[in-house]
Amino acid sequence: MLDQVAFAVVALIMLAAAVKVVSSQNLVHTVLWLGVMLAGTSVVFVMLQAPFLAAIQLILYTGGLLTLMLFGIMLTQRDAASLTIPNPSHRRGFGALLGAAAFGMLAGAISKTPSLPNEHGAMPGTQELGRLFFTQNALAFEVLAVLLLAATLGAIVFARKADAGVPSESAGAEIPARRTLPRTNGQHANPGKGA
Amino acid sequence: MGLSAYLMLAAALFSVGLYGVLTRRNAVAVLASIELMANAANINLAAFSRFRAEATGQVFALFSTAITVAEVVVGLSLVILLYRSRGNVLLESASDLKG
Repeated sequence: MLDQVAFAVVALIMLAAAVKVVSSQNLVHTVLWLGVMLAGTSVVFVMLQAPFLAAIQLILYTGGLLTLMLFGIMLTQRDAASLTIPNPSHRRGFGALLGAAAFGMLAGAISKTPSLPNEHGAMPGTQELGRLFFTQNALAFEVLAVLLLAATLGAIVFARKADAGVPSESAGAEIPARRTLPRTNGQHANPGKGA
Repeated sequence: MGLSAYLMLAAALFSVGLYGVLTRRNAVAVLASIELMANAANINLAAFSRFRAEATGQVFALFSTAITVAEVVVGLSLVILLYRSRGNVLLESASDLKG
């Protein structure tokens, strides 16, 4: 009884936060609501007896990723006005339709599945998790390490200033891109506002 | 609490995230919506792990967490690159990429 009430409360908070993430007009609010959603996910992990997963969720997502996204916003917004960007209304209806269709399909599939596992024994602890990581999934673990290295290098290469020590071709490539800026803006701002 | 309650929660979060990916114009907001969808998948993995009383689902969830974070790191650096070349991070300003 008590765990059902707790689940309902957490699920409602998470859904409300998720709706705010996709509907909030202020970008900083979007990211902060995402933080509420991620913390709620961590609570769900605790309910599912996955304490290690819950801790990783809090440390990696709510701690690290949120800060990173806030930095991303702060670095790419010139003023307070560019923080608030309305959605174009014609795509909103389309998105709502597809979102509702996806939920309908998933919910239908879940409710029609004849035998979901219902009773559950004791959950193996974090020790078993570590054992699985370094025996059965050791290769995947190593590949993941290489992936993280590649992502780090990729992020550094992308985010570095174009003229900081790389060849002139990439510095030259940036100039025409800057020139197209007013043209691209003009093309898309008008139909967007008209619709 | 049955497994289907967790699956329904994850399905709802996934659908809301899908709506966000399709409608948001700002690249950072699209990344946040992708996070919603990835989290829904993680909830499913953890829920199946719990109801089958096996830790393998949690291993998968940890792998997917790490991959998602790597993806967001690269995504944010792409956002910064987009800002540097276009002056804003609206997705329609990059629509010339479709060729």
